Amino acid sequence: MAPARRQPKSKYTIDRGIPGAFDGETVTRRRFMTGTVHGAGMLMTAGFAVPAIAFAVGPIFKNDTLGWQSVGYPDDFTNVNYVQVVITTSPGIGEAGKSTVYVRARDKAVDQGPYNQYNRWVAITSRCSHLGCSVLWVEASERFICPCHGSVFDADGVRVSGPAPRPLDRFYTRLFEGQVQVGPRYSVNNELRAFSPRDPGEPLDGIGQYLYPSRPTVRKLPRVG
Amino acid sequence: MAEAPPPSRRPRSRKLPLPAPPLPPALRPAPPPPGTQRGRPHTPLEHAGEAGKSLVDWVDERTSLSGAARWAMFRKVPKGTNWFYTLGSATMIAFLAQAVTGVFLAMYYRPDAAGGAYESIRYISTSVFLGNFVRGMHRWGATVMVVLIFLHMARTFIFGAYKYPRELNWVIGVVLLILTMVMGFTGYLLPFDERSYWATIVGVNINGSGPLVGPFLSDFLRGGPEFNATTLSRFYAIHMLIVPGAIAALIGAHLYLVAKLGTTAPPWLRATPTEPALVEESA
Repeated sequence: MAPARRQPKSKYTIDRGIPGAFDGETVTRRRFMTGTVHGAGMLMTAGFAVPAIAFAVGPIFKNDTLGWQSVGYPDDFTNVNYVQVVITTSPGIGEAGKSTVYVRARDKAVDQGPYNQYNRWVAITSRCSHLGCSVLWVEASERFICPCHGSVFDADGVRVSGPAPRPLDRFYTRLFEGQVQVGPRYSVNNELRAFSPRDPGEPLDGIGQYLYPSRPTVRKLPRVG
Repeated sequence: MAEAPPPSRRPRSRKLPLPAPPLPPALRPAPPPPGTQRGRPHTPLEHAGEAGKSLVDWVDERTSLSGAARWAMFRKVPKGTNWFYTLGSATMIAFLAQAVTGVFLAMYYRPDAAGGAYESIRYISTSVFLGNFVRGMHRWGATVMVVLIFLHMARTFIFGAYKYPRELNWVIGVVLLILTMVMGFTGYLLPFDERSYWATIVGVNINGSGPLVGPFLSDFLRGGPEFNATTLSRFYAIHMLIVPGAIAALIGAHLYLVAKLGTTAPPWLRATPTEPALVEESA
């Protein structure tokens, strides 16, 4: 029925000829009861459904970045070759929560960009930026090579060939009480500019940094250098 | 049921009663031997049969389930129905086998990422009576189910059985296919050996490579930014509680629509044209 043809109805039930209507009543008791019962049912359902869903989705919004981890003394690292160290990425699950990091001292001739307290050592992750397999540092060819899908990265972790969409991630490093420490992870684009950490498989150049936004679970260090 | 209802002035429903299925000759009741009272059981076997009948009658009188069962089971089936039409049932049987073996595997499995999960699987495989057999059924049955669901889908597509009015059943079937894939993905992590760990890392990162929602989806799957202690129990809960429930409910809807709409004739079957002579005679 077109709205223009509809007869204007009174808002009072008594005018609409509803049996048992009270004077001044605008909603029938049947309609009121139906609405009340439906509303109460929805409220009770929401009472358990909303906390349950929030419980499952909660970790998306929780930031629990691990602190700094000591990996050795300054003498352990040179600027000519990488040293493998093992850090914990998830505590409490043993080997499954550990990850290899390749560390070397900063080399002024190779590493561009301003020097600061967080990049005296270059720490490169072993997590391939393609889909997260473990890359291997092959000293003879000075390449990081991923066994899963054949991505190859140069000594700075920049992609040389293969399906990887961006260079290998890095970690902040610092000197603390005479020891070298590895801190939070950050991702880099092809110009080695730092971004907050992204998961593997997510490009950072061009539109990539907007298509794969930074997440609340991991944030990079506040303003460095 | 044998007596006709007393005639009333106005029939309550205009629907004709559903026809009772014809009994095969072997099951038709034999005439009673001479000298016995008609309709009364007289051999022990017949007494047992009466007990079963009265039990079924007792339930049916209180639930009226026999009508629903007859509606679902005694349907008209088109000419040319063949073995390809059994692929859907085969997929459902594979799902039921997965459900049953999965329930019993859950009695021994521990979703403990610190090493307990792998140990519990090792215990099932080496020490539990028939453990390796039940685990093997679950592990190979998963592959069987995926193969069968794809064959069933191919049959539906090639026979054109997705067309009007069965589009909704196709949509439900696609959701079931996706849920089966989710089962395969989440179940793969549970043995928690090197292969399942790395396959899950790669799989979660493939999820993450979807633009905009991908990064949040992989955080949701892992329960955090890295693979952590809760990831395994998360996958376990999805694998054995959330998705199987959804699959069972959707199989129910799928089967309801099959019973409601009937099966399609194979595409090579043509409708038989009415003979012109008959048309003229009747006219």
